[in-house]
Amino acid sequence: MPNSSLNSGPKVGLFVTCLVDLMRPSIGFAAIKLLEHAGCHISVPESQTCCGQPAYNSGDTKNAKDIARLVVDAFEEFDYVVAPSGSCAGMIKEHYPKLFADDLDMTPRVYNLAQKTHELTSFLIDVMNMQDLDAKLDQKITYHDSCAGLRELGVKTQPRQLLAQVEGAELEEYEGAETCCGFGGTFCVKYSDISDHMVQKSVEALADTDAELVLGGDLGCLMNIQGKLSRLKDEGKATNLKATLKVRHIAEVLAGMADNASIGEPDG
Amino acid sequence: MSARESILNKIGSALDNAGDKTARAATAAARIQTPPKNLIPARARVAPEDQVQMFRDWAEEVSATTDRVETLDDLPAALAGYLSSQNLPSEVKSSDDPILGHVDWAQLPTLTRKTGIAEETDTVGLAVAFAGIAETGTLVLHAAPENPTTLNFLPETHVVVLPRSRVTGDYEATWNRLRNELGTAPSNLPRVVNWITGPSRTGDIEQKIQLGIHGPRRLHIIIVDEA
Amino acid sequence: MPQSVNPMVEATSIQFKSNVKKALVDEQLQKALGNIKIGFVLNRKIASERLEEFEALRDRARDIKTHTIAHLDAYLEIYQQNVEASGGHVHWAQDDTEAREIILSICQSADAKTVTKGKSMIGEEIAINEHLEENGVEPIETDLGEYIIQLRGEAPSHIIAPACHVSKDQVADAFRETHTDLPEGRSLEEPDELLAEARAMLRDKFINADVGITGANFLIAETGTSVIVTNEGNGDLTQTLPKVHIALASIEKVVPTLEDTTTLLRVLARSATGQEMSSYTTFSTGPRRAADLDGPAEYHVVILDNGRTDLLAGNFSEMLRCIRCGACLNHCPVYNSIGGHAYGWVYPGPMGAVLTPGLMGLDEAADLPQASTLCGKCEEVCPVRIPLPSLLRRWRDQVYARDLGDWQTKWALKWWAVFAKRPALYHFFAGPKMRMLASWAKKQGHLKSIPSLKGWTNSRNFPAPQGKTFQQMWKEQKK
Repeated sequence: MPNSSLNSGPKVGLFVTCLVDLMRPSIGFAAIKLLEHAGCHISVPESQTCCGQPAYNSGDTKNAKDIARLVVDAFEEFDYVVAPSGSCAGMIKEHYPKLFADDLDMTPRVYNLAQKTHELTSFLIDVMNMQDLDAKLDQKITYHDSCAGLRELGVKTQPRQLLAQVEGAELEEYEGAETCCGFGGTFCVKYSDISDHMVQKSVEALADTDAELVLGGDLGCLMNIQGKLSRLKDEGKATNLKATLKVRHIAEVLAGMADNASIGEPDG
Repeated sequence: MSARESILNKIGSALDNAGDKTARAATAAARIQTPPKNLIPARARVAPEDQVQMFRDWAEEVSATTDRVETLDDLPAALAGYLSSQNLPSEVKSSDDPILGHVDWAQLPTLTRKTGIAEETDTVGLAVAFAGIAETGTLVLHAAPENPTTLNFLPETHVVVLPRSRVTGDYEATWNRLRNELGTAPSNLPRVVNWITGPSRTGDIEQKIQLGIHGPRRLHIIIVDEA
Repeated sequence: MPQSVNPMVEATSIQFKSNVKKALVDEQLQKALGNIKIGFVLNRKIASERLEEFEALRDRARDIKTHTIAHLDAYLEIYQQNVEASGGHVHWAQDDTEAREIILSICQSADAKTVTKGKSMIGEEIAINEHLEENGVEPIETDLGEYIIQLRGEAPSHIIAPACHVSKDQVADAFRETHTDLPEGRSLEEPDELLAEARAMLRDKFINADVGITGANFLIAETGTSVIVTNEGNGDLTQTLPKVHIALASIEKVVPTLEDTTTLLRVLARSATGQEMSSYTTFSTGPRRAADLDGPAEYHVVILDNGRTDLLAGNFSEMLRCIRCGACLNHCPVYNSIGGHAYGWVYPGPMGAVLTPGLMGLDEAADLPQASTLCGKCEEVCPVRIPLPSLLRRWRDQVYARDLGDWQTKWALKWWAVFAKRPALYHFFAGPKMRMLASWAKKQGHLKSIPSLKGWTNSRNFPAPQGKTFQQMWKEQKK
């Protein structure tokens, strides 16, 4: 491992992601617990906000670059950068180099950052080779692969390898696991009717499993799926869905921190 | 400026930053002259006898039927047997391929065989394949004065004679054979080369596969070991 | 006789959003879209998995197209020389108008009354049927799907399955309405009855047509050959029986050699329908030879630009690799929700969302590149590995720069960026805002309505934030 003293683990900068920061800090704390368990030293730079993806995907290259520069400044000092999101890690890893393709000064910096940036579950498996997870969960679960994690970063087996280490967790794959749930960042508001139609299909596919808990690695997708599940329940249209079907980020389960209210559910 | 010049100029100016047109023309000509080797699937790199079996398996998977006889002498009976099994009249419009000229048709007087182009009233077309490609169970036929193309498409039933020696593993082998037998100049290429993989099909009504929409409803392939 | 329904279909890409609204509540369409998933998607998976070299062949296919496009003018010139050497004619058309005029004049010199047509997306692009009809030449589509939509006066909704949105009952209705000599009691309930009716009806058309027009999947420079790929055999009857064959192609269809074409064919059908090979792949070189007994006496190829050279010059050259297999449509969750017609022109799905703004102008189709989650499924299945999400983003850059998007989103993103670029300010405001949202949600854990997020909350609850932001809590913990 680079740049670390012999008896200590790597220095990891946690890229919290804006959604986790704002909506669900417990995912960030779960990530820290997991990374520390794996022997990493964690820093959380205060100067981080967002990866710039909303601007980038909307064609606002200038703002995307400005935001990306902040991220590069804040994170290039670490051995690794880890994000509890395939989408944000993908932005840094895959898209920063494209964004600065004709900026000779930035190019080496963004390539350097891209190289050491990882999505949380793939970091735990591929880099830290985590085999001694200490977590329990007596539930049937299913996993939703987020598009960016799956297709930009190849995150597929890593979350499953980690879940296999969770005592009592029983994974049942669902047919919609690799199909986009319709979140898509600003897409879910700009083209809300298409987005709704897509998430409706994801939820219908979930109804075909016995899972009691849907897990995923990206909070945006999980909020979308939970928001639809919850609305269908309100409208009494969720008759074929398990009334108890809950939604969580995988980090919370892996860290043994799944006692709090799940996404979109009331406390207690 | 003609449309041709205008289009070529626009392409040229879009490409020019990567080198001039003379260089592009030279590269293109050289690549056609000495083309890179294709990646040929390993699937069909098997013993000749296994290629025959592979050819039949793939062809049958796409609803063709196949039969195999030893010599051309067995062909009339095999053909007649097939036609009667399908309740088809003993009448074929046939290619005038030299191979069929070696067949003793007189041994089967009930069979009417006429040569020439296919017409609307013809129910069975009889043709001889230039090759059979094991890789996907694909027949190769090509237009020639003795092999009118209409035979392959107009009649409802298409019967194709395939000499066993013409079964090859892959498509590339067929292109090589065509060039060897007919010459390498572009103008030596037959007017039409048909790759035929199973009978005519459509999925255009509710994605349900149905056979025989415009071309043949049935494709029957008779492999002849010694032809 | 199929009545001549004038299928003049205006481009409606500009009203994408209202097209979508209609499509989402169209029950028949939604049912039909379900068939794509069980048909094309599953079959592609099977076919790609059982050919060991499939992924490597995709790389080869990509490289062949990339090489050809980088030498496009050279290959087109070689192609033309070889067509002419075999006695064929090449016509160049800069745009749809020129192409229509060329085709009409060939038909007129052949004194054509009826023209049979194989499936051609170029034909759709230049609206050739309308032009022929207006000038007294009857065009008859012969691909079953194209024939059905011609009778219904519609545009195709899919590039390889043009009538995939139509039910068998609707096909029966279209036949009853237009096949006027259909006996009263004739049953058209079952697909095979519909098939028999179409076969019988189109037989006569094939035999009596004066000109046959087909598309071309590939043009081979080495030999001056045009290639069509069909399953029905309609293309072969179309190009063999009439005395004139016209093949329509666009500039990017050219490939260097027979062997290169072979590589592309190995990935085409597998990606499109999941077949190992389509039923009929036909390589045509020139008109009937002196001693031939059949085949067309004249062979023409029309090569169309219509905006493609602009794509080449404008940083969209990867799109010219497209071999029109339709895999990106079949696998696209947006296409699978709204179908092809919502895109408003002849090319739907991800490939259409990249191509359409290029061919008809971004102003006319600004929604198309935006209406995608960039989920990447299209790129994952594209046989020539076109980076479709990246190309969609390139259009989005232009949508933003030219201010063609909606102002609400732009405004919201601008404000977001103001904060995102100033971490201190961001954290200062984020804390209270999230606490406010959390308190609105009270004990429910979610919000049923947020005025500024109506798009979301109209159909979904919005999960409430936990309260404090991560940064706040982290700071507190560190103290």
